[in-house]
Parts: sequence; C-alpha cells; structure tokens
Amino acid sequence: MVLIYSNDKKLNMEMLSKGRELADELGKKVTVAVIGKSDTDPEEYIKQGADKVFVADTDLESFKVEEYTEILAGIIEKTGVETILISSDKDGKELAPRLASMMDTGCVTECTDVYIEDGNVTAERIIYSGNAVAVERFIKKPHILTVPAKLFDPLEVDDSRSGEIINEKVAYDESPSKILKVQQMECEGVNVEDATSIVSCGRGFKNKEDIKLAEELAKLLPGETIGCSRPLSADLKWMTEDHWIGLSGHKVKPKIYIAIGISGQIQHIAGMRDSDIIVAINKDPEALIFKSADYGVVGDLYEVLPKLVDTIKAKIS
Amino acid sequence: MNIIVCAKEVVDVSEIKIDKNTNKPVLQGIDKKISDIDKNAVEEAVRIREKLGGKVTVVSVGPSEAREYIKELLAMGADEAKIIPYPDTGDYNVVSTLLAAAINNLEGYDIILCGEASIDLFSGQMGPRLAQKLGVPQITYAKKIDAEDEKLTADRDLGDKKITTESTYPVLLSVTKEINEPRLPSLMEILGAANKPIEVVDHSSLVGEEDPVIEIIDVKGVSMERKNIIFDDDLDEAVKKLVDNLAKDGALG
Ligand SMILES: Cc1cc2nc3c(=O)[nH]c(=O)nc-3n(C[C@H](O)[C@H](O)[C@H](O)COP(=O)(O)OP(=O)(O)OC[C@H]3O[C@@H](n4cnc5c(N)ncnc54)[C@H](O)[C@@H]3O)c2cc1C
Repeated sequence: MVLIYSNDKKLNMEMLSKGRELADELGKKVTVAVIGKSDTDPEEYIKQGADKVFVADTDLESFKVEEYTEILAGIIEKTGVETILISSDKDGKELAPRLASMMDTGCVTECTDVYIEDGNVTAERIIYSGNAVAVERFIKKPHILTVPAKLFDPLEVDDSRSGEIINEKVAYDESPSKILKVQQMECEGVNVEDATSIVSCGRGFKNKEDIKLAEELAKLLPGETIGCSRPLSADLKWMTEDHWIGLSGHKVKPKIYIAIGISGQIQHIAGMRDSDIIVAINKDPEALIFKSADYGVVGDLYEVLPKLVDTIKAKIS
Repeated sequence: MNIIVCAKEVVDVSEIKIDKNTNKPVLQGIDKKISDIDKNAVEEAVRIREKLGGKVTVVSVGPSEAREYIKELLAMGADEAKIIPYPDTGDYNVVSTLLAAAINNLEGYDIILCGEASIDLFSGQMGPRLAQKLGVPQITYAKKIDAEDEKLTADRDLGDKKITTESTYPVLLSVTKEINEPRLPSLMEILGAANKPIEVVDHSSLVGEEDPVIEIIDVKGVSMERKNIIFDDDLDEAVKKLVDNLAKDGALG
C-alpha cells in the first residue's frame, strides 16, 4: 500500500498521481492521510486516484511535527502501508525524517524521481549542490520519500471512481513544545519554476528600490519574472520566498536566466543550472558567476541595466 | 546549560569536478571543511553559554582526521569535542543512532543544536532524526533563539510563514545560515584551543552493528557546459554584443 500525506491539497493531488502509478505497478492500493482540519472533501482525493482516505480525527489546530509524526505512525501501523510519499515543503521535510527515525527506516528527501527497479522502490536526489544525482534504494520497509511541488502532474478528475473513507481517532502524546505565534508572510504568488525568462537579483543591488531597474528589464521579456539570491529573501527580506532561487530555494529552468549582481556561489547555481541560456552581469571580472554563464558583461549593474533596457527596446521595436 | 552541537566535516562542494570518462564526481584531493551552517550552530551555542553559563560540547561522526577542523570549533569557543570515527555513509539512520548514543553518554544535555542541513548531501534529516531518537521536541529552521533558564523561544523562518515556538529543555534546534555571523577566532583563541579536550570514541562502544536501511546504488555526475563568452570591453559595445547574441539565440521573446 502507498500512503500520501501533505497538509496542502495541491501537493496531495500531485503525489497522488505518482502514488497511483507506483501502486498499480506493485499491485497495491493508495491511501491519502488527512490530519487535522481540512477544507477538502475526501471524495476529491478518491476522484483523483486514491482508493482510500484516512481522516485522523484530532483536536490539533495546525501542523505540529512531534504530534503529527505519532499520528502518521499510527496510521501507517493501522493500514500497513509500505511506501509513504510526503510533500517536500518545510513541514514535510521535518516530518519525514522524524517519522523515518521512529520506524527505524530509510528516507529520501526532495526526490527528483521515484520509480520501481527490479521490484524495488528507487529514488533519485540531487547531492553536492547540483554536481551529482544519487540513486538510492530502500533496504527496509516502510520507504519514506519527500516529493517537491510540481514534479508530477495531477490526474484528471474521474467522477466514476469510488473508494473508502475512514474516520478514526488516532492517539498521540502531547509534545513539551508549543506554538506561540504563526505569522503568514505575504507571498506574491510568483511561479519561478514555470517561468520562461528570469531576471535575478543579488547583493550587488544596494537598495530595495533599485530592484525596479531589474523590473524594467524583466518587462521586456516574456513572463516578467523576477528571481533573487538567498540573501535578498532570507536576510534582507526585499523579496518574498517565492522569488528565492538556489539549493535551498526554487529550482528553475527558463529559456533565459539573467543573473545581476550575483556572485555565483555553488548554492545559487544549484537552482538555475538547468536554464537554457545564462547571462551574468557583475562588476567583478573574477566573479564565479562568469564560469557558469554563456554570456557575461563585466560592469556596474547601475550602468549596464539602463543601457541593456534601451538596447533591447531598440532591437525588438 | 549543557549545550551539544552536532557538526561534521564535508568536502568543499564548490571544488567538485566531474570526470568526463566515468561521469562521476571526483572527490579525491578536494579540500575539506566544517559544513557551513554547523558553524552558525556553534556560534549560537557559544552565545547561549555566554548568556546563561554552562558548557558547549561538539559531537561529530566522521573520519578521525576531522580533528583538524573540529579544532576550529573549539577555537570559536566550544569547550570540548567527541569524534566518533565512522566510514562515510549516506545512511542517516545509522549516523543519528550513533549521535544519540554518544549524546546519551554525556553528563546530560539541555539544548542540542545543528545546522539546517549539511552542504554536501543537504538532506536536512539529521536534526529531526536525532530529536526523535532522543525523544525530545525539534525546532527546525530557527532564525532567532532566545534562551532562558527554564525554557526557550525560537522564531522559525519557513518562507511563507514565520512561527514562534516555545519549549522547555531538553530540546533540539536546527539553525539557518541567517541566525548569526559565526565569529573568526583570534590567534590567541586558536592557540588556546590546542589544550581543549577532543575525545575519540569508538563507535562499537556506543551501539552494536547497525543494519543499513538505505543503499546508494549510483552517483551520477551532472556536468554543466557553458559558452563563457565574456564582454569586458567598452560598456556600450559590450551591451550591444550581448543583445545581438541573445537575439540570434532567439532568447528575446
Ligand atoms: C547550505 C547553504 C544553502 C544555500 N542556499 C542558497 C540558495 O538557495 N540560493 C542562493 O542564492 N544562495 C544560497 N546560499 C548562499 C550562497 O552560498 C551565497 O552566499 C549567496 O548566493 C550569495 O548571494 P549574492 O550572490 O547575491 O551575494 P554576494 O555573494 O555578496 O555577491 C554579490 C555580487 O554582486 C557583485 N556586485 C556588487 N556591486 C555590483 C554592482 N554595482 N554591479 C554589478 N555587480 C555588483 C559583486 O561583485 C558580487 O559578485 C546557501 C548557502 C549555504 C551554505
């Protein structure tokens, strides 16, 4: 049996399509676990590929890793699942290893592919900051994997599908830690993963207002998408998390990626190395980014950007 | 306050090259260092000790040569270190079991700190696994920690939301790179670290033979070829050439 868990409906649907494929290949069934409050009608999961939905009835207000680990372990025990797909968002990435530890089993985080080889569940993941892909095979059951967003396309809604919905209380102990405050961060809903062009900003920008120079350039390219390096999002908070590109941010593959005032540390490269064309603008001729670029302009971004905007405008008009 | 920091030696991933014939990453001869964010964990531990008193112990599973790098952490202010020599493995269950056993052998602990992930394999598994093995709560992605005598609060940065969590001791936290700026030890501190104790602990004295739960069956190199055409002449000329090339490549829409 394959189990799917995320507290995000969209991610559940994406994983469900992969889960369905694995289960069919292994001749098994797929269950979606729902923990805590959910706005989703369990029937929706059935219509998009699940055989069963296990709704764990709890009083918990929101995700809390210690309690959720115990609840999920309880569901795994009750349903006898062997392969567990958990979303690779921040909640899932701290839940999956804790769960794997509780079950003394293996866990592969941020899989880039999951398949059956010689009858074994096998997963691939990126290591060495993008320099290599590790192919990992589980020796023990259950297998626990985390799956990033947008890796798999959800299945079509099939109204004729039917399945079983189970509502049950699952026991857990209360953790000594407690959540004092949750603050939703505003998010611009930028989708860098699917962008065809990205103008990306780094520490070379001196002020938040200067980002508009990059926006001028982005306006000339399809999609008008702006990306950034980790410090601009995590440290300076000039941009929301959905712009952040790199090993610990989003992985992108646009037709053209323009890195402006970005030094080109390997952790940034890890997020954009699959771009078709990489352009770098940096005032330091020795900047690492030039080693990862197809085209580079050595110069001050404050001079280069206005010129670049004018030249492109002249070219396309 | 007894503070434990888990730290490990890694290859400097930015130096890895791919062997064109075998399509494998070449790891031999590459510089090693302490995984970047582990230093943020040590820095945070030292700051907590400076505030509340106590002791900072570094625990590391890895090659015994890691001693050289662990000394840097002692120079930063950690009081002592335990190294558990163990062959390089991608099996986090084995490593977290060893760490838990080593930590349970210490005199007691209040706070365990680790980095959000190591820069080589970047799985982020060790913190949560270790917390579970020790039976303590985990606070991951901590960007700010405020420790007091009886409890601590931490701000977690999850990108789309910020969560403030409180916990009594013992508790495990994984920290982000943004939590602090790791200090550069002075020459005096580097020299002073030579006298701080580093104990090498045989893994077989901690736990029996652990069965692996996962096997890395292949590691495939991913090389990146780029044109590397750099325009460093007159700016007007450089920008013109760039735009001409992009237009030729059909990249302008
Ligand atoms: C575990 C780990 C994970 C990480 N994950 C990520 C990640 O996901 N994404 C990420 O981006 N980073 C990540 N990092 C951080 C990464 O290592 C770098 O520190 C970061 O990418 C640097 O950002 P930057 O290039 O914007 O800034 P800097 O390195 O400070 O570079 C600024 C660049 O701007 C240039 N510059 C300055 N002024 C001008 C000007 N006027 N005109 C033109 N150029 C100028 C400088 O020459 C320099 O090259 C991670 C690090 C670690 C350890």
